[in-house]
Amino acid sequence: MPRVSALDMPDVPKGQLPEHLNFQRTRVLCASDAALHTEGIQYSGAYASMGVDNSLNLEKFCENFKVEVIDIKDEESSGTDWDKENSIEFDMVGIDASLANAFRRILIAEVPTMAIEKVLIANNTSVVQDEVLAHRLGLIPIKVDPRLFEYKSENDAATEKNTIVFKLHVKCGKDSTRLTVKSDQLKWLPGGSELPMAAADSSSKIKTYTSFSCSQDSLPEFSNNPITPAYPDITIARLRSGQEIELEAHVVKGLGKTHAKWSPVSTAWYRMLPEVVLLQDVRGENAEELVKKCPAKVFDIEDG
Amino acid sequence: MSLQARTVVIMESGSLESPNSSTFSLTDEDHTLGNAVRFVLNQDPRTSFCGYSIPHPSENRVNIRVQTTGDPAKDVFKDALQDLMSMCQHVRGTFDKAVIDFKKKGAKGGRQRNTKGGDREKVVRKAVGDMNID
Repeated sequence: MPRVSALDMPDVPKGQLPEHLNFQRTRVLCASDAALHTEGIQYSGAYASMGVDNSLNLEKFCENFKVEVIDIKDEESSGTDWDKENSIEFDMVGIDASLANAFRRILIAEVPTMAIEKVLIANNTSVVQDEVLAHRLGLIPIKVDPRLFEYKSENDAATEKNTIVFKLHVKCGKDSTRLTVKSDQLKWLPGGSELPMAAADSSSKIKTYTSFSCSQDSLPEFSNNPITPAYPDITIARLRSGQEIELEAHVVKGLGKTHAKWSPVSTAWYRMLPEVVLLQDVRGENAEELVKKCPAKVFDIEDG
Repeated sequence: MSLQARTVVIMESGSLESPNSSTFSLTDEDHTLGNAVRFVLNQDPRTSFCGYSIPHPSENRVNIRVQTTGDPAKDVFKDALQDLMSMCQHVRGTFDKAVIDFKKKGAKGGRQRNTKGGDREKVVRKAVGDMNID
């Protein structure tokens, strides 16, 4: 009897993977002790002996890749500013975890936003220390399209193209007991800084901390669309009678990898799409118990 | 800091005799690019080995090692980056389209129930059963 390789047996399908290998390749199995097949099979020649090509094929990728949006929550779909939730949930089909993870990492660390970077404090008699106050201001999300601005390097002059200036001047009156300072009290200064720099000689023109060549609200992008914090009700500080805060906050463009305040997302995550398979039929009382046990309402009783 | 002016410095080090194995050292990059490029390179039949490492966590640098079956490592690496770019562009296009489609049909209900599970479920059930895992 001639010797025949097991792989050449007539019942071994040619050109496609046997079930168990395909399962290994496409599923992570949550076994009782550990997750199995967590590592994707990436090597191009992994299944060469079976006549299956595992190499990257752009055409095949483009053909198989699908995106399905599950839910979008934004200003249009959910009412008022302060209870709005900004989120999107979507399925990506036919993409490896290494790419999905790259997108997640890019969302967190490499998509630019605008955030307060420099705070010039003229007066602060509140109990919040200057540096704590500056840090709190930095974390306030600013509602503006960062694509309209340029990055500002350390040595660049602050211009209308790379800086936004906010002013905060609040005082708790002598007759009131306390005052909560909220983010909507940050006032946008489209003309740039109003604080004069200490002049070297008194004859020259007074210089401020920014050099805007024009007012930002004369630009078409902002004329009907003033720049504000994204939420009006973020507490910045609490003042007691007689206390005062006067400062200027300078907003610049940055990346989440430099500081989390420039991260455009509160979080971004992905997971494998779960698939629940019952290994045997569940009937009667057991079925009802199973339905009740699962808080995510995965199970449902079928008739018959 | 400025992104427009940012240049990714790539240093290539390999042996002079054979151009088919090289290490590429990319500054200002991390796992985001390293792992994605490794994924693409591993799927290229010309690659015999590929891996990446971050030599020190406080240094913004990633080393990508490429060994090929004969072609210059440089070319294989460049092709991988090109493929990665094309894939990302396709993902972007598909995503934009999916969002537009979703907004067009209006936000309706949550996740659709998967009703065509029949065949696939049988396959998975058999595969899991074969592995003798409880």
